[in-house]
Amino acid sequence: MCALCGVLGEAGHWTDAPARPGVFTRNVDSLQRRRERIHRAACAQTVLGFYGLTLSDWQGTSYVLSTATGKTEIVDNPTHLWAAAEKLIGRPCDPLDPALVRRLEAGHE
Amino acid sequence: MSESTARQFIPVNLVTGFLGSGKTTLLQRLLPDPALADAAVLINELGEVGLDHHLMGRIDDTMILLPSGCLCCTIRGELSSSIKELYSRRERGLVPAFRRLIVESTGLADPFPILSTVQADPVLRHHFRLGNVITTVDAVNGLKRPESLKQVAVADRLVLTKTDLQADCSALVGELRRINPDAPLWRAAEQTIDAATLFDDEPRSPLRALPATVDAPHGSIRSFALAFEGSLDWTMFGVWLTMLLHRHGQSVLRVKGILNVAGTPTPVAIHGVQHLVHPPVHMAAWPDADHRSRLVFVVDGLEQSAIERSLAAFLRPAARMRTAVA
Repeated sequence: MCALCGVLGEAGHWTDAPARPGVFTRNVDSLQRRRERIHRAACAQTVLGFYGLTLSDWQGTSYVLSTATGKTEIVDNPTHLWAAAEKLIGRPCDPLDPALVRRLEAGHE
Repeated sequence: MSESTARQFIPVNLVTGFLGSGKTTLLQRLLPDPALADAAVLINELGEVGLDHHLMGRIDDTMILLPSGCLCCTIRGELSSSIKELYSRRERGLVPAFRRLIVESTGLADPFPILSTVQADPVLRHHFRLGNVITTVDAVNGLKRPESLKQVAVADRLVLTKTDLQADCSALVGELRRINPDAPLWRAAEQTIDAATLFDDEPRSPLRALPATVDAPHGSIRSFALAFEGSLDWTMFGVWLTMLLHRHGQSVLRVKGILNVAGTPTPVAIHGVQHLVHPPVHMAAWPDADHRSRLVFVVDGLEQSAIERSLAAFLRPAARMRTAVA
């Protein structure tokens, strides 16, 4: 969904840009794409754990974001991840939050 | 982006600048340049009666006027429709096959929604790409309004106008450099402005000479540069920047940098304006011997130390993951 106007539709994401000459992307072939999706879910999980959320890849097409009590959101791409996370936990997900930063610095992911 | 690929996408250049800062005069001066012979122009005017287009000296089928309001807030849909209509007429051979679209915004326009329209619209993004943002700054009146600060912050090119009326512009240039440290700057009255350079077809110019640190506040707007040793995990960087822009996109007026990405011998250039990040450019080579990742932020009200510490903390787990895999 477009963050500006709320119109539904795939917005795409800069980290997942279609492969074009000169554009840096790992969205090149199915193997790389799959590997990158799994790595992305693992990276995001290191942060989402702070909020009690888990993220997993679903069929190589979407991500499943869940709370410990089983509330679940389907996330199409990284654009929507943090909005979905905030919806599930009911508070902002702020990368500058000192508590989150301290946790990552301490290695508790 | 290769030359052939660049040709497939029509660049959209935004000419912005505060009211009376000389946007129309600049275009009037540049449009006769052969480099812009195949450019279409879209003018947005605030007010019921459009006047600026009559000053352009060129009224034809590739010049469109959007007279019904400010481009940034009231007629974004109209902007999208107008560009699509213009493209449709181009494809049907009803107008010359323009190879560039110049959008002149009103002086009050926030540049971000205009850029976002081009990049996010499902139709436009398959035919157009964002070109340079050119911002005019009035040397006499300077940066007195918040709108003009934002227009300067997102600029790829700065044109200082009315420099013949203001002998000493050094203080203003200093202000501009604090908000936007790396955009080339022209003095309109004294310098020849080459349209081909101003509307450079290169995608996003990568950073060539970033200052080591830039840190001088202009009100709540400040710019600063970060540098990181070693390579970084691209995916984790993407998670961090996406999260930062989701929560603080309104305050990140601009982020631009070159990254030393783990597993990639040549750097990756990124460029974002508020919530919008351009497709990352894989550069062919490092611009100099400094292979550190370097980022320049122009922010409104955010602390450099908080951003720097947050990014470092986010990259730690990914570095450990890479070590474990290796």
